[in-house]
Parts: sequence; structure tokens; C-alpha cells
Amino acid sequence: MYHNRDRLPLEANDLPEETEGRGETVRIYIMGKEYRVPAGLTIMKAMEYAGYRFIRGAGCRGGFCGACATVYRKEGDYKLYTDLACQKTVEDGMYLVQLPFVPANKAVYDIEELRPEPNILLRFYPEIARCVSCNTCTKACPQDIEVMYAIQHALRGEIERVANMTFDCIQCGLCTIRCPAEIPHYHVFQLARRIYGRYILKPARHVRERIKEIESGKYDQEMDKLLTVSVEELKRIYENRGRIEE
Amino acid sequence: MKLIRGYPAYMRESIEHVEKTRPRRMKEKYRTLSIEEREELLRKYHPDYKPGTKRPLKIGPSKGMIAPHEVIDLLEAHPIVKPEDVNLDEIDIDVDLLIIGGGGAGMTAALWALEEGLKPEDILIVTKLRLGDSNSIMSQGGVQAADRPPDSPIRHFIDIVGGGHFTNDRRLVKILTMTAPYMMAWLERLGLMFDKDEEGNMLELWGGGTSIRRMHSCKDYTGMEIVRVLRDEVRNRQVPCLEFTSAVELLTDEEEDRVVGAVLLNMESQQYYVARAKATILATGGFGRIHIQGYPTTNHYGATMDGVVLAYHVGARLRDLDATQYHPTGAAYPEQIVGLLVTEKVRGAGAQVVNRHGEQFVFPLEPRDVEAAAIIRECWDRNNGVETPTGMRGVWLDTPMIEELRGRGAFKRMFPAIHKMYSRVGIDPAQDPVLVFPTLHYMNGGIIIDEKAQTTVKGLFAAGETTGGVHGKNRLMGNSILDYLVFGRIAGIHAARFAKHTSPGKPSLKHVIKYEEMLKAAGIETDRRSPVLLPDYRGERVLARRIEIL
Ligand SMILES: Cc1cc2nc3c(=O)[nH]c(=O)nc-3n(C[C@H](O)[C@H](O)[C@H](O)COP(=O)(O)OP(=O)(O)OC[C@H]3O[C@@H](n4cnc5c(N)ncnc54)[C@H](O)[C@@H]3O)c2cc1C
Ligand code: SF4
Ligand code: SF4
Ligand code: FES
Repeated sequence: MYHNRDRLPLEANDLPEETEGRGETVRIYIMGKEYRVPAGLTIMKAMEYAGYRFIRGAGCRGGFCGACATVYRKEGDYKLYTDLACQKTVEDGMYLVQLPFVPANKAVYDIEELRPEPNILLRFYPEIARCVSCNTCTKACPQDIEVMYAIQHALRGEIERVANMTFDCIQCGLCTIRCPAEIPHYHVFQLARRIYGRYILKPARHVRERIKEIESGKYDQEMDKLLTVSVEELKRIYENRGRIEE
Repeated sequence: MKLIRGYPAYMRESIEHVEKTRPRRMKEKYRTLSIEEREELLRKYHPDYKPGTKRPLKIGPSKGMIAPHEVIDLLEAHPIVKPEDVNLDEIDIDVDLLIIGGGGAGMTAALWALEEGLKPEDILIVTKLRLGDSNSIMSQGGVQAADRPPDSPIRHFIDIVGGGHFTNDRRLVKILTMTAPYMMAWLERLGLMFDKDEEGNMLELWGGGTSIRRMHSCKDYTGMEIVRVLRDEVRNRQVPCLEFTSAVELLTDEEEDRVVGAVLLNMESQQYYVARAKATILATGGFGRIHIQGYPTTNHYGATMDGVVLAYHVGARLRDLDATQYHPTGAAYPEQIVGLLVTEKVRGAGAQVVNRHGEQFVFPLEPRDVEAAAIIRECWDRNNGVETPTGMRGVWLDTPMIEELRGRGAFKRMFPAIHKMYSRVGIDPAQDPVLVFPTLHYMNGGIIIDEKAQTTVKGLFAAGETTGGVHGKNRLMGNSILDYLVFGRIAGIHAARFAKHTSPGKPSLKHVIKYEEMLKAAGIETDRRSPVLLPDYRGERVLARRIEIL
């Protein structure tokens, strides 16, 4: 279906084949095995070009889900790098492996029974006290979160800070798999964010007021009229509704 | 090719025009189109109207429905499950409620089925990838709810039916708009981090086709934040979930016309399981990965329209699949990110859409289909687009305007996800505009449901993107998150109620036999099989030389 090329209207598609003609290629090693792939592809598309079909290791394909966590080294470079396969462009001499699952225990809790107490993160995740401040987690994070500092703030019970600084966490688990103290960072952060959203951020008063209005039947009559008016009438109402610029 | 801050020199030249016109444009407001002008633009330039891209469906209860070839191909195909291959006497899973799909709709349904009194162990969620790997986790811009004056559910309703070109199922729109504030309060109670001011008031922005600011967001990670929270809650409540397990066919009762579960496939071992359920909810999402007309897509890897196919096999009726939503602003450059979304919220926050000369040609917040058609016209008819090194065309989304309007650092603060996506490919959207072109985004139509989220087949419920009616022929931004919240809840509640008063059925695949007969009677000879479950992106050379042995 996707390969049926007579229907491509705008030639907007099918990157691998189109880049092929342009010649520029790079060598990558997928779990140690060498493949030559067109330059300028993401790791994910390059692996597919090489013949891999994902079941695990691909989720959103857009940098939002963390399913495609990838670890790599480069030739002649001692460092171990981490990134997202769907976002990172291939480079010559990359040795790649995906990490499609990270074992990490999540605490089970009832959000209604929690309170924003300073020790609450520590209570559910006592292992955060084991942090040795090595900063490996921060270096591993593809979302550029200051993971180590977030853990330090968690330890001090600064829920609001943890919540805000970890907001971009896509729960890929790369920090967690690298941490010598075996901390499940992303679960700690999730707990912090939920407590913050539930108990520290103020609930919107206008939402409650609106719910009351709806329940009191304020809109029922007008709404029911809208259900039955003709399309012509509806068009007229639509055209005359006006824009409200505040 | 040498790149200067992410762009080749010839694209830089066009960017200079954009910069030059920016001060003047900051004060300029492009006019909105009338209904007639919109219709004409759509007819001439929207991909839906391109000749030769659609055909009528030949079989089943929605016979005659016009839809893109790619959709009809999947409906006029052999079911992948053959009755003779499955032993229905052995029931592997027996539950009250089977939820198919672990995105926003599926998880919301599970949580509300619990509220309705089902026990976690009476429910099973099955999902193709991991729990939460879905279109839901990708939504960026926000969710609509008319929750403060002078806005009202009435205004929200009118915006929606106008956006949908007056084709919506108005009963569903009423439920959607009247329940919206309630769902916002629910998310607050679950601990969602909405964008708010100090007093707790929601920060609300513009969305395409809306007549007032009504978009609630969590930066540009709205979907990720909602899915993270829902998933955490589903896990706290210990609802069982089978990941990497797809529904590949529904089961119907031997005597009665009702759905009584599904045949599941373990994606890794390829083993099947027979899952019997008193009620079943389809929450399988959309179809971006079947690449209508070959368009790139914003959708997640598993968006292959399975729910619509399964529902049609058991005789559920469909609607509005002729209308496909192309998001006006998908990334058109560079190659690595082609097709990925640049949220409408960027335009909502003040960025204009301009051509290669740096001139506006459309109001930035027309309804999506109109905006997309205008961009296609500008690129391919008026030749005012910028051509990329791979031959795509696009127009500029003038993202630096947001810095000008809202102060330095505003872009990164409001759009961390977009900022990250572009930084990774060497472009700074706070300084330079980004090139965009429409991308396949949303399945406007789908399975018909009623006010209780029931399909036209007993025992089968559906919610979210897999359904049709709420949005008519064109959905407005922010209404599909709302859709999966509102109708996910309704599906969960009513499916749970239905399950409580129903006895388990005797599973059969008689509908598959009937479907095969229909295909034959209509003279459809094909080796196509569906649902397809995942797209295949392997290199063509690899596939051509492949020998299937292992
Ligand atoms: C990039 C992007 C941005 C968006 N931005 C917005 C926005 O700002 N505002 C807004 O309102 N809407 C937005 N949308 C639309 C909105 O996110 C989706 O329409 C909505 O989330 C759909 O929810 P759902 O639960 O119905 O489907 P999904 O979230 O897609 O969930 C479906 C689930 O079912 C699984 N599944 C599919 N087939 C099977 C099968 N056979 N068996 C088992 N499981 C299966 C899938 O893998 C997936 O997990 C956006 C969409 C995308 C892609
Ligand atoms: S990797 Fe672990 S031990 Fe090291 S800084 Fe991070 S949390 Fe602390
Ligand atoms: S904090 Fe950890 S889990 Fe979250 S994005 Fe960074 S590396 Fe991934
Ligand atoms: S596939 Fe979701 S982040 Fe890469």
C-alpha cells in the first residue's frame, strides 16, 4: 500500500528510496552488524531501510513516547551516548542498540489520599536517598532535563520544583537504566507532577462555576433548539456568531 | 550540501524576505474567508477533492459510501483470521469488559468502567504497542472546553458544527460541549498540570475555526501530560493490560447478532488468544499510517484503522470516511522530520503563514481543511512555495513572531517539544521560520455511535478517533482530545452497565464467513487482507530480495 507509488501526488514521501539516488551514505552498525544507509535519515528510518521491521522500539515516531530509546557509541570515541531513534540523525560509524523496555518499579497509590508533604516522594521511593550525584542520569536524558538536580530536589521534598523541571520527561527510562543507585527517576517525577497538579496548582474556579451553570439547566433550551434548526438557519447562526477578541 | 543554521543558502534568501516583511506584517491582519469562499477553495485545492483518489464501497451495510482507495482497499479485503485456524472451544480470557486500544479513549473508558462498579480484574485492556503509545500521547496544542464567560457551550457547539460544515451528528456535539468543563475538572482532580495563572484560572488560547479563546494546554505536551496521568492512574487502579497484543477479529454470538469478545494476536509470538467479553469497546484510533494518497503523517506507528475494519466485519455502520484531515502545518524540511506536526497552537500564539516572498496569503486560523487548501494552492498553483532539496514544497510558518509578540524566550517556554524537534536538526525556530506543508493527520469519520457510545451492533461500543459523527467532515483542533475524554467516559460507563446485565455469549466467527461471501458476491477478487496492524517501511531492495523462511 505504502509502496504503491503511482498514487503519490506531491512526491512528498518515501524518504529511503528517494535519498538513495543522491549517493551520500553512512555506515552504521546495528547491534554490531554493518549496514550502509542514506545519510540524513533518523536512526529509526535507517534501521528500517536496512530491513528491520519494528514491533517494539517504535511508538509515536515523533519524540513523544520514549519507545525508541537507543544507546550508541561512535568509532574511536569512548563515550556511551543515548538518544531517541525517531529523532536522532544517523552518523557515520555509529554502533547502535535499542532499549525497548526498562524494568522499573512504580509505586501504587491513591491520589485522593496523598498530601503535598515534603517527605512524600521519599516515602514512596526511598531509593532516591541513594543518589551519589554522579550526573550520569542528566547526561543520558534525551530531553535535556536536569535529572540529577531533580532527584536532589525530590530528596528535599521540593515538589513544585521537581514537577516543573521534569515536565518534558517522556519516560524513556534511559536515566533509570544508567543510574548506579538504581533509582526509577521517571516514576518519582510522575508522582511529583501529579501531587503538584492535584494539590499545589489551584483548581480553576471558573470551571466549577460553569459546571454548576450546566447542571442548573442554563443552556438546555438553547441547546435543544440548535439540535432541531435547519442547516440554513444553523449557517446563519454560525456566520453571525462574531469573534470575541479579549 | 552546506547548511547555514540548518538551511541551505537558497532557502536563507527566502528567509531574508520573511524577515524584511515581518515588522510590517506584525500589524497586518489577513481577512477571514466567507462560507462560499471557503467552499470554493476546498473544492479546488483540498486533497479530498482530487479526482481519481476515491471510490464507492461495494459491500456491507455502508455500501455506496465514498472513501479514499486506501480505506476501501482495507474494507474490501479478506479478514486475516480464518475461522478454521482458530479453536473457539478454548477460551483463554474471560472478562466482563474488553477494551481494545490503550490510547486516551481506552484508558478513560477503563477508569470510568471502574467508577461504574466493575472490578479491575473484570476488565482487560489490550493494545498493539505499549500502553499509551498512541496518537493521544502526541497531541501538542490543547483541548477545548467552554468553561468561562463570555464563552458558552452554545458558542462551542456553533463553532464545531460550522467547522464540520454542518454535517456533524448534533446530538453528539451537544454531549461533547456540555460535558467538556466536567472533564477538565476531572483531569484537574487526577493531578494534571494545566497551563494556569496564579489564581488557578486556565490560560486559554486561540484555535483554528474557533470564535473565542478556548484552548487549554500543557505547554505543547498536552497529550503527553494527559496520557502520562491516565496511564499512571490505570496502573494505580491495577487494571490488567496486555501490551503488544492486537485485536485481529471480533467474535459474535453463535445465535444472536452481538459482539462477545475478540480474537487477539500476540504481536511477538504471533500466537492467538480467544478473549470472551460481555461488552467490548473499540478505542483503536485513526488511520495515518495507511498514508492516504501517499501523504506523510503525524500519526503514531499503530494508526492503521483496525477498529473500523473490525467493526465493519461484524456489520457496524460507518460514516464520513470520505473526509480526511490534513493538518496544515506538518514539517516539510528537513527530511528527518517530514510530516511531523507543528502544532496549530503556534499560529494560535501569533505566528503567521507566509510564502517565499514573505507575504501572507491566508488568515492563519481558518478551519484546518481551508488552511491546508490555501497552502497547497500557494505552493502548487501560485508557485509561491519554497522547494526543498528533496523536491517537496512548503511555506514559512513565521515562528520568530512569537518572540516579538511575547518576549525573548517565549517560544521555547511555550513550545518546548517543537523547539527540541528543530534544535535536533540544527534549526532554531525562535530565530528562523520553519517550512511547513499539509500532512495526513486525522480520521474525521469512522464508526457510527449513539449517545451511549454504542455502535449499530449490540455489545460493541466505540470511542475516540475510530468513531465518526462528532466532528462531521472536519474536526477542529482541540476537540478530539475532548472527544476521547467525553466519549471514552460514556463508553466506559455504558459498556459496564451493559456487561452487568448480560450473560457471556457463545463465541463464533460466523460473521467472517458471511463477509467472505459478500466479497465473493460483489466480485471482489484480491489478495489483500486486513486489518494490517503495522505499516511496512523496510527498504524496497530488502523486500525485493526477501526469502521468507524463519
Ligand atoms: C501529532 C498529533 C497531534 C495532535 N494534536 C491534537 C491537539 O492538540 N488537540 C486535540 O484535540 N487533538 C489532537 N490530536 C488528535 C488526538 O490526539 C487523537 O485524535 C486522539 O488522541 C485519539 O485518541 P484515541 O484514544 O481515539 O486513539 P489513540 O490515542 O490513537 O489510541 C488508539 C490505541 O489503540 C491501539 N490499537 C490500534 N489498533 C489496535 C488493535 N487492532 N488492537 C489493539 N490495539 C490497537 C493503538 O496502538 C493505540 O494505542 C493530535 C493527533 C496527533 C497525531
Ligand atoms: S545517575 Fe543516579 S546516582 Fe547518578 S546522579 Fe543520577 S540519580 Fe544520582
Ligand atoms: S528524565 Fe529519564 S525517563 Fe525522563 S526523558 Fe529524561 S532520560 Fe527519559
Ligand atoms: S518512537 Fe516515540 S519517542 Fe521515538
